[in-house]
Amino acid sequence: MSQILLALAGNQNSGKTTLFNALTGSNQHVGNFPGVTVEKKVGQLKAYKEASIVDLPGIYSLSPYTSEEIVTRDFILHEHPDVIVNIVDATNIERNLYLTMQLMELQVPMVIALNMMDEVINSGNHIDTEKLSKELSIPVVAISAAHKEGISDLVRTVKKVVKQNTAIEHLDFCKGEVHRALHAIAHIVEDHASDAKIPLRFAATKLVEGDVLMQEALHLHEDDLHIINDIVKSMEHALDTDREAALADMRYSYIEQICKDSVFKKQETYGQQRSEKIDRWLTHKYLGIPIFILIMLVIFYLTFVVFGGTMQTWMEEGIEIVTNQVSDWLDQAQVSSWLHALIIDGVFAGVGSVLSFLPIIVILFFFLSLLEDSGYMARVAFVMDKSLRKIGLSGKSFVPMLIGFGCSVPAIMSTRTLSSERDRKMTILLTPFMSCSAKLPIYGMITAAFFPNHTAWVLISIYSLGMVVAILSGLILKKTVFQGTSMPFVMELPSYRIPSLKNVFLHMWEKAKDFLHRAFTVIFVASILIWFLQSFDWQLHYLDDSATSILASFGNLLAKVFAPLGFGDWRAATALVSGISAKESVVSTLSVLSGGDTGLFIALQSMFTGLSAYAFLAFTLLYMPCIAALAATKRELGSWKEAIYTVMYQTACAYIVALLIYQIGSVFL
Amino acid sequence: MTTLDQIKPGNSGIITKVGGEGALRRRLLDMGLTPKTVVFVRKVAPMGDPMELYIRSYVLSIRKEDAAKIEIEVKQDVTNTACACRKSKQR
Repeated sequence: MSQILLALAGNQNSGKTTLFNALTGSNQHVGNFPGVTVEKKVGQLKAYKEASIVDLPGIYSLSPYTSEEIVTRDFILHEHPDVIVNIVDATNIERNLYLTMQLMELQVPMVIALNMMDEVINSGNHIDTEKLSKELSIPVVAISAAHKEGISDLVRTVKKVVKQNTAIEHLDFCKGEVHRALHAIAHIVEDHASDAKIPLRFAATKLVEGDVLMQEALHLHEDDLHIINDIVKSMEHALDTDREAALADMRYSYIEQICKDSVFKKQETYGQQRSEKIDRWLTHKYLGIPIFILIMLVIFYLTFVVFGGTMQTWMEEGIEIVTNQVSDWLDQAQVSSWLHALIIDGVFAGVGSVLSFLPIIVILFFFLSLLEDSGYMARVAFVMDKSLRKIGLSGKSFVPMLIGFGCSVPAIMSTRTLSSERDRKMTILLTPFMSCSAKLPIYGMITAAFFPNHTAWVLISIYSLGMVVAILSGLILKKTVFQGTSMPFVMELPSYRIPSLKNVFLHMWEKAKDFLHRAFTVIFVASILIWFLQSFDWQLHYLDDSATSILASFGNLLAKVFAPLGFGDWRAATALVSGISAKESVVSTLSVLSGGDTGLFIALQSMFTGLSAYAFLAFTLLYMPCIAALAATKRELGSWKEAIYTVMYQTACAYIVALLIYQIGSVFL
Repeated sequence: MTTLDQIKPGNSGIITKVGGEGALRRRLLDMGLTPKTVVFVRKVAPMGDPMELYIRSYVLSIRKEDAAKIEIEVKQDVTNTACACRKSKQR
């Protein structure tokens, strides 16, 4: 561990990630902040080896309402970074400085990186950085993170501030009544704040704002709280406003005042003007939605057909070559048949089938990064918001759900960009109801056997069923589990930017690494487990035929459970269990258990009626997703417990829907 | 005196009071929707909601139900940047 700790803080869309990448190169490590699913990136500075820097989440304020904001203030209060590097978007300086005002109150040495200064100057505007620096008593360095300008200046300034270790003292941006209230409260809580090691000014401000977290952290007595409330009340009375508005107003008034002296703006920057022109098309009243659908279709086509599909074939062929090679070696080494099967049929087949998804995931995240970094994702949320609001989600959940039709794994992984934890959890839960492409072979098999003349209708009804169940689930969950107020949808529409390829590739690499890590841990173990259950009987005899395996005996047991759904056949039940490893396994297992492809058709006719076949389709559509998706669910939810609840809910939904279809259908047919 | 959700695209107003409570209200204030601030309504989303605002030199989107909690004093013929004129021509 290096000795110097830097914290990178700033608004969303301020170029924070770009600056982080410019400072650290690829030398970074991704994890989570303890207890929450907020991403934490740590990296070592390229030009300052003794220092590591933590990329704090993009936030607009230090309110106590979102986990991102709480994580940020806890990090700064408890981890004591040596310097806060506050990135400020120069094209949008007023709102960016609002966070700066709050960071200053934490009284940690600070440096402001004034990003996108090139755009400001190119548009004929000007910011007097020296004056700004003097007003704030904080060093201000003009940079352009995207063009790597001013980065070495920034690092030099950071080094200097680390050496001087000058805590922020200039905090006289409060006036009149607020000033009086702040100082009166500071006086009362002085001892509490120093006991709790919280900067006094920050504590006082948060108390004026009525911040409950701060009240708890300071362990204030009832009496003190009463006095504080009285002070606040008289301030509110004098200003004819309330505590939160008074402080927001104080900060913005101060910002307006310093901007008047140091920011010279003749017009909107070219970037802003360009964005407005682009938005005339992309958020157009009639064209906005069709354009969005078109963009998604192109991405799907390129991902699943052109690039991903082709690369997936290569990958499968590559895996096959490696598998065959290893199989030959094992034969030569004359290992026992069960060990041979464990390695080839268990590990290689299991991990291999999941690994073949890798190209699709990488390509999909390439496009998703482009959408996100260009600023278009915010427009998607804007355009589609109304459609998801009824089920308690915002427009931001639309893209993950759409990707769910391709593959649940990247869909679940892409929920990371949702800003509210509640929305993230709900989206992860509902996304697998969007029928993924791996389920198509199952639909194909069943429709060929039972509904050869109505394939299209069956498929349309199944896809719609998934969406209907998602909507109903959303409505129910909104009223029960996810009752709390959702994150307010007050969202910035950032200026469009040309995405930096470096950011996009780093993001892709991150997701690929994440997926590979899971493929070789969770999925590895699960593959072995399923292989074991399939290949051994209860006496642990190695079997050639899985009909008497442990899995089959589970199948027999489960068959009774599935009987009310119309498919109480052990082979169907076993196939569903094996489908947990990968959905297309349902087809191969059914085929194996029915004695090969020729027997499959006849066996299916004996297992199902038309109605129970449809109930079976509904069940496969809705029940728990494959292991890879389960592992992604666990990763994004941050706990096995919640992941297990999620798949239990999905499986319960599948059971109920299939039951209703079969039982109600039986009455009419 | 009216509320922000009632302002038609291409028009501006001055915020007089911010209502709502808890996280929503704080978020509105934090994003710069404070009293005395000029807001320009650029457009509404294709499905009629949310709305797109121009405020403090940046673009913000907000749902109408939330905008209804912000009281506005309508400003006549505001020359809030060039986009005001262009937009009103389009509509």
